Parts: sequence; C-alpha cells; structure tokens
Amino acid sequence: MSEISLGAGLLRLGLVGSPNSGKTTLFNALTGLRAKVGNYPGVTVERREGELEIDGRRALVIDLPGTYSLEPISPDEAVVDRVIDGELGPAPDALVMVADACTLERSLLLIAQVLRRGLPACLVLTMTDELHARGGVLDIPRFERALGIPVRGVVGHRGLGLAALRELLARPESWSRPPVLPPEPAEERAGWAASVLASALTRRPGPSRASEAIDRVVLHPFAGTLLFAIVMVVFFQLIFVWAVPAMDGIDAVVGWAARHVHATLPPGLATDFLADALIAGVGSVIVFLPQIVLLFTLLFLLEDVGYMARAAFVIDRVMGRIGLEGRSFVSLLSSYACAVPGIMATRTIPSPRNRLITILVAPLMTCSARLPVYALLIGAFVPATSVLGPLRLQGLVLLGLYLLGAFAALAVAALLGRTVMRGESLPFYMELPPYRWPTAKLVATQVWGSARAFLRRAGTVILTVSIVLWCLLSFPRTPAPEGTTPAEASRFALEHSLAGRAGHAFEPLIAPLGFDWKIGVGLLSSLAAREVIVATLAQIYAATDEPGSLRDALRRDVSPDTGRPVYTPATVASLLVFFVFALQCMSTIAVMKRETNGWRWPAFAFSYLLVLAYAASFATHRLVEALVGAP
Amino acid sequence: MSPLEASTPPARAAVSLASLAPGAHAVIQSVDSSTAIGRRLQDLGFLPRTPIHVLRRAPLGDPVAYELRGYRLCLRRVDAARVWVVPTDPAPPASS
Repeated sequence: MSEISLGAGLLRLGLVGSPNSGKTTLFNALTGLRAKVGNYPGVTVERREGELEIDGRRALVIDLPGTYSLEPISPDEAVVDRVIDGELGPAPDALVMVADACTLERSLLLIAQVLRRGLPACLVLTMTDELHARGGVLDIPRFERALGIPVRGVVGHRGLGLAALRELLARPESWSRPPVLPPEPAEERAGWAASVLASALTRRPGPSRASEAIDRVVLHPFAGTLLFAIVMVVFFQLIFVWAVPAMDGIDAVVGWAARHVHATLPPGLATDFLADALIAGVGSVIVFLPQIVLLFTLLFLLEDVGYMARAAFVIDRVMGRIGLEGRSFVSLLSSYACAVPGIMATRTIPSPRNRLITILVAPLMTCSARLPVYALLIGAFVPATSVLGPLRLQGLVLLGLYLLGAFAALAVAALLGRTVMRGESLPFYMELPPYRWPTAKLVATQVWGSARAFLRRAGTVILTVSIVLWCLLSFPRTPAPEGTTPAEASRFALEHSLAGRAGHAFEPLIAPLGFDWKIGVGLLSSLAAREVIVATLAQIYAATDEPGSLRDALRRDVSPDTGRPVYTPATVASLLVFFVFALQCMSTIAVMKRETNGWRWPAFAFSYLLVLAYAASFATHRLVEALVGAP
Repeated sequence: MSPLEASTPPARAAVSLASLAPGAHAVIQSVDSSTAIGRRLQDLGFLPRTPIHVLRRAPLGDPVAYELRGYRLCLRRVDAARVWVVPTDPAPPASS
C-alpha cells in the first residue's frame, strides 16, 4: 500500500460497471446536475464527468461507459481500458466498481478483471433492496473479506447508503487491497467468483417473479407484438402530434418578437439583423426543445422501466435483416417526426457501429419539415382526382414519397453495413433487466441533460448557420427602384443578394434536374430547414399572404428562354424526389456532429445524400419527361 | 461459413445452444474461446458447468432469451450457435 501517494489535489475516481448496473443512477446521485459532458477523441463515446466535494476534498467522478468486459472488441469499447491505463488523460487514482447485487454471479467476472489492474478499488452494490425482496441474503463484511476490498450497499434512486459511500470515497488511500489478485482466464475467474460468493451470499436471490409474469404478456407472440405496436404508435404521436402545439407556440412567440422589433426599432440593418437573424435563429434552436423533452421523457421512462430492451427484442429480427438491431427501430421511427430527436435517440443503441449506421440513414425518414414542401408542390401540380373510391391521387403521391424515403433508409443501411462499416460486426447480446419503477428524479435528470447538451452543442451550430444564411440572403443590400410594392422590393433584394447570385451561378448545375435559379435559391435557403424553401419561393415570386397565391404563381411561372412553364411534371417530380433524399437541414447536421464527435460523419452523410438526391432527381426528370413527353 | 460449421461439437451428447427449444434446461459444456466473440460470450458468463435456461423466442423467432448466472440475456441464434450445451432434465442441477 506504500506505493499509493494521493496528494491533497483533485481526486480522480473512475466509475466502472456493466450496463444496467445502476451506474448512471449512482453517478447522478453523487454528482447531481453538475455533470460535464464531452467526447473521447476519435470514437463516438460520450465522456461524462462530475465533481463532488467530500469533507473539503474535491473529487472528479468519471462515469466510464458501461461494459461487460475489459477485453475490448471495438475501438469504442477500448475507451474503458484506455482511461484506466491513463492513455486518455491522467489515470484515475482509484476505481469505484458498480454492480447490481442480484447479478453478482456474472458481475464478479468483470470485477475480477478490474481488480487485476491493481488500482485502489471499492465495490458499490446497487439494488440491494431488490436482492432482499427476492429473498437473497448477502453478508457484506464477509464479502469484503473474500474480495479484499471495501464494499458498500446503496439504493441509488432513494439515496440510501450514499452518506457512508461518500465517506469511503474521500479516502481511497485507506482502502484495503486484495492480498492475491483474481486469476485471468475466464474459466478460472468463474471459479474464483463461485468461491467468493460461496462465502458471502448466504442465500441466492430467487427469480424476479413479477418480471416473469410481466414478460409472459410483454413478450407473448401476439400480445407482445400488439403492445409493441401500441407503444410505437404512442411514441410517434408524442413527437408528431403532441409536440406540434408547443412548437407552433414557440414559432408564434418568435414571430411576434421579430415583428415587435420591426415595429418599435427604427428600420435599418441592425433592426433587420436582430429580428430576422438573431431572434429567428434562436427560435430555430428552441423550437426543437418540446419534441426533445417529450421524446426523451418517454425514451428514458421506457428504458428505466425495462421496456426498451423488450421492444428491441420483439423487433430485432426485422432490423437484423438490414444489419441493424432492435433499438435502431425506435430511433428511425422518431425520425419520421424529426431527425434531430431521432438521431439523439440512437444513444440507447449499445453497438457503436449500428448506432452510426442508424444516424446516417435517419435523415431519409420523411420528417415533418418536408410536409410543407410536399404539400405546396402536390397541392399545386397533382390533380385532386380520385383514383379508387376514397383514394385520391394527391394522397397516393404523398404516401409514395414516404415509402420511397423509408425504403431508401433500409437499403442504405444494408449497403453501409456491407461496405463502409464492414468487418466491425459484433455479436448481438442484450440484457433483459428486471422491470423496475422509474423515478421522476432520474428521468428528469436525464431529460434535462439531453436538452442541455442539445442547446449547448447543437444549438450554437444552428444559430451560427442561420445567421450566415441570413447574411447570404440579405447582402449586398440593393435598394429596389422607386415605386415598387414591399413584396416586389423584397423580391428585388433577394434576387440581388449573394444567395440570389449563387442561384444564378449554379443554375447550369441544376438545370439537368429541371431546376431554374429560383429553385436554386430556394434549395440554398432550405439548408436552414427544409420548409424554409416555401417562404423563400414566396419571397421570390413576390407572392402575397393569401392562401393559394404561391401555388398560382408557381403554376403561372414561365421560363424566359423557352416561354414554357418552369414547373413541368418532370421538374415537379424531380424536386419532390430531391427533397426525399437531400440532407437539407443544418439542425440534423449539427446534431450529427454532436453525436459523432466531429465533422467527418455529418460531411459523409451530407455528401452521400446529395449525390443520391442529384442522381435520383436526374433519373426522375428523365423518366417523367420520357413518359409524359418533354414540354 | 456459419459458426455451426466452424466449430466441432465436443464429445458427449453436446448440442448447440441455438438448437434448444424454449423451456429447455441445459448445462454449458464449452464455448469456442479462439475468437473475440467467443471470449465476450465467456465474459458474459457463458462458461463450462454454468446452468442455462431457454426462456423464450422473440415473436419473429429470433433472438432468444436465456437465463444464466442470475440474469437474463438475449442472443441471436447465430451467436448462440457458438455455445455447446448438454441438455438436462426440467429441474436444473443445484449449482451451489
């Protein structure tokens, strides 16, 4: 013990444990809301640290990613190993192992590996209440002697045992250490685990009868599938329907604030910037909060209760076909409402490879921001004829667009799994934890953490990009000739802005898709968010607020070169298909950057989706022209 | 080549874990530890002499949920095929 010399400085404690061990609950209980979230370099693994003060001594608790083994089989798993070895920043001074008291027979296999690292270590047993409820009896003093390290029992969500634990954590230099280290080979570790348990676990816990009874229904071939469908429908409703009023409310407040600024401040550049760039930019960040909060409340609730693992179990076969796993389903479904929460939901996918593939295909699911674009184009150009009874052509086209997106997502996922992400395939294993009551506090802490992470890490990017886009659409400022209406002046300013000029400049590039410069400007502005193209087109066509005004303007528009309509059936189809594929959404890009720790994958996603969009639009344009004849 | 073909079943009446029906009890005989996946299965508790109980299949037939070492875990059949077990009669042998 003489080799440990812990200074009076910051004490670094590494929290090690398997998934479902209650490690996160303990971390939150110890550090409260003060967790700092960052990245480990080069991998898609979140780094969570939190400070706490015990007896005047400052300690940094490092929440290591949950793992079942210290023998890594992927670069992401290697993080735990490398942190313990001090390869990613200073090595921890001591390790705090966390294990579910009911699964010690398995957890001891990991505990043995951790003990072999030779750092001062202690063991925190969670779910001790559940152990007792299931009839298990563990003699903690004997357990300490058998392991050779301090052991404390806690009930993390109720805060029981935390005071004693804090006291222990303050003095790792006084922790006892095992006289002999456990053996290394797995089989011998199992023997060691059996002998440790034989001396301390006086009575084994029985099976969790409540969980068994619930599983008989939840995993029943018929009832379980039905329940799965119901949960998913509710999930979908939650973000698609329930979040909308809140988002509309935020939009209304932002719009009111912008108008208020215009009305009260003298007209000029500063006022325009404040109202149209800054306030609108902040609005485009916070508008995501309702669905993020709603989605994560339900997500964490289902996760903490234990249903998420069951849902993944039920749907895994389907997702396995395309090389993904059950947990990807929830994320892709959420992406139907919006890819931003959908991509954030991939955090529940344990396999980094599957998580990345899910993130990369999530933007292909038809999100609600595409609806205004589809509605405009379909409303203007697809006849409202009846195809078969109540089935109308407009509805069928919309359905087709949804299906095209979903099919493309599945196809791309399968393709990525066989190409870019090849050879990183890991075995699929997933624990089915006992059902537990969630606690409001834990769910609230997790939801708050997600919302805060979004605001700080993605929000800043979204705000910056929306300000840059505003500048592109507003500069250089060209005053309109005398006597023009406000709508025409606005159109004039846009046409002479950088974005307007860019639209003209890259017209030759998009001409093969059937797009003119006006659509080009619309596409550029839709980078802010897909539906922005509707407002931009309205500005370009100097359309009024009257409903139908923009639709008529689009229908009437003729090309100055050919004198024929701009929006031919081929162009409309091509533009719709472009919106199915293209990643026209800076918020998605920002959230991808935040979730994958860098620009590499967002850049990849943007590029492949742009290539796909261009190719598909080009093919659609040609095909429709061939079918209906060139104008 | 599937793992089923990749490893040879050891002597005695060992069968692949993937071949057991829900409700079956067995004792693990061996896990191929030459691959990283096999070693991970060992770290998950799939070790010789460990009793294992097949709980149920997912509604679509895969994956399958197992109970061993006091916890429940599901594996896809392709991974379960790496584990060789000796079926036992309904009551699992007392393990401690």
